[in-house]
Amino acid sequence: MRESIIMKIHYGTALGAVALVAVHILMRMSQKFSDSLQYQNVIANYHFLPYALMLEVLLILLSVHGFNGLRVILLELKQGSTYEKMINYGSLAAMAVLIAYGSRTILMAGMGVS
Amino acid sequence: MAVVETSKPSEELKSNTKTTGQTNTITLRIARSNPSEGQESTFAEFQIPVQKWTTVLEAILYVKQNFDHSVAVRYSCRQASCGSCGMKINGKPALACYTKVSELNSNVITVEPMNNFPIIRDLAVDFKQLISNHKKMKPFIIREDSEVTPESKEFIQTPQDLEKFLQFSYCIKCGLCNSACPTMATDESFIGPQGLAQAYRYVADNRDKGKDERLKVIDDSHGIWRCHFAGSCSHVCPKGVDPAMAIQLLRGYLLGFRK
Ligand code: HEM
Ligand code: SF4
Ligand code: FES
Repeated sequence: MRESIIMKIHYGTALGAVALVAVHILMRMSQKFSDSLQYQNVIANYHFLPYALMLEVLLILLSVHGFNGLRVILLELKQGSTYEKMINYGSLAAMAVLIAYGSRTILMAGMGVS
Repeated sequence: MAVVETSKPSEELKSNTKTTGQTNTITLRIARSNPSEGQESTFAEFQIPVQKWTTVLEAILYVKQNFDHSVAVRYSCRQASCGSCGMKINGKPALACYTKVSELNSNVITVEPMNNFPIIRDLAVDFKQLISNHKKMKPFIIREDSEVTPESKEFIQTPQDLEKFLQFSYCIKCGLCNSACPTMATDESFIGPQGLAQAYRYVADNRDKGKDERLKVIDDSHGIWRCHFAGSCSHVCPKGVDPAMAIQLLRGYLLGFRK
């Protein structure tokens, strides 16, 4: 992929995350902070489909942004074609693993498994 | 790092300079190394008579003339035009011929080779990569027709057209910007501010048709996106070039803000 496309994704995911984190914080402020951490309230979040979907999107945005950012740092730290290939595919894999693990949490809580 | 030698100017040399102005004596510390012989960096110290107009390059040449001819330093024009004499002077990248000892406000002047370049010997560094990256930017007007054939006319450019790239054409390839750049310090494949500023110089020239070719070259994993807005390149440029701005303007094309 061309680097400009990757960086458009990087900036786009950052902007998207700012918007969604703002919603996330506003939702926390609709009740007292300590209440927001009550077991029932946390579970209720996941049962509320639009909010659960938003968390899923936020998870994707931040996984992509964070691991691409880490990829950039590592590419600047050391060079070499094998190393760079490892970093590129490694960060894609890390994004996938984190998104899969986070989605599992969102899904299980949403379906009331835990 | 050890001090390997200390030399003092002879009384005769001192009195020669006294006739032309007030003479101070400063300590010039020159970093000396020879990596190909496995010789690590040490500092040689010299006492140098200086006047208020003496440049750092002149102080180094004084050492070569009077104390130690073997100090390796690259220079040519002595007037900030050739881009040969870039080095670290009291820690900051600058042209030795364009830095007066008096403006440094210190009696001890330390000169070291530029960062982010392989050292050849002492103050002389290897420009191979800078020149090769500069060439990759296709630093010439790209278009089918020519203005130099007998039947052709020169390409017209208004003062406003010229203004768009003029400052970037002042680059003398001294490499100070690259030596100040924090990305260059770890990413040896990074094109660097010098090359990127030159890519912009030609992309912004309305006589040029090679924009897409150049944008393709800089849109690489070690290209323009590895700049993180530190701005130290523009801070150290002795010719008033603003590579950091060139990089942001080039990004405008790649992000679709500019056509
Ligand atoms: C939501 C607010 C955020 C915004 C607006 C944002 C914005 C940005 C921008 C513009 C860059 C590119 C900087 C550059 O090229 O120099 C960047 C890089 C980076 N971001 Fe974020 N980011 C945000 C959140 C995060 C989070 C939560 C993480 C961690 C998961 C993260 C990890 C990184 C990393 C590792 C880099 C690479 C370092 C760098 O390039 O300087 N960011 N971010
Ligand atoms: S942009 Fe300035 S600092 Fe960089 S090489 Fe050109 S003249 Fe030197
Ligand atoms: S000697 Fe030419 S720039 Fe300094």
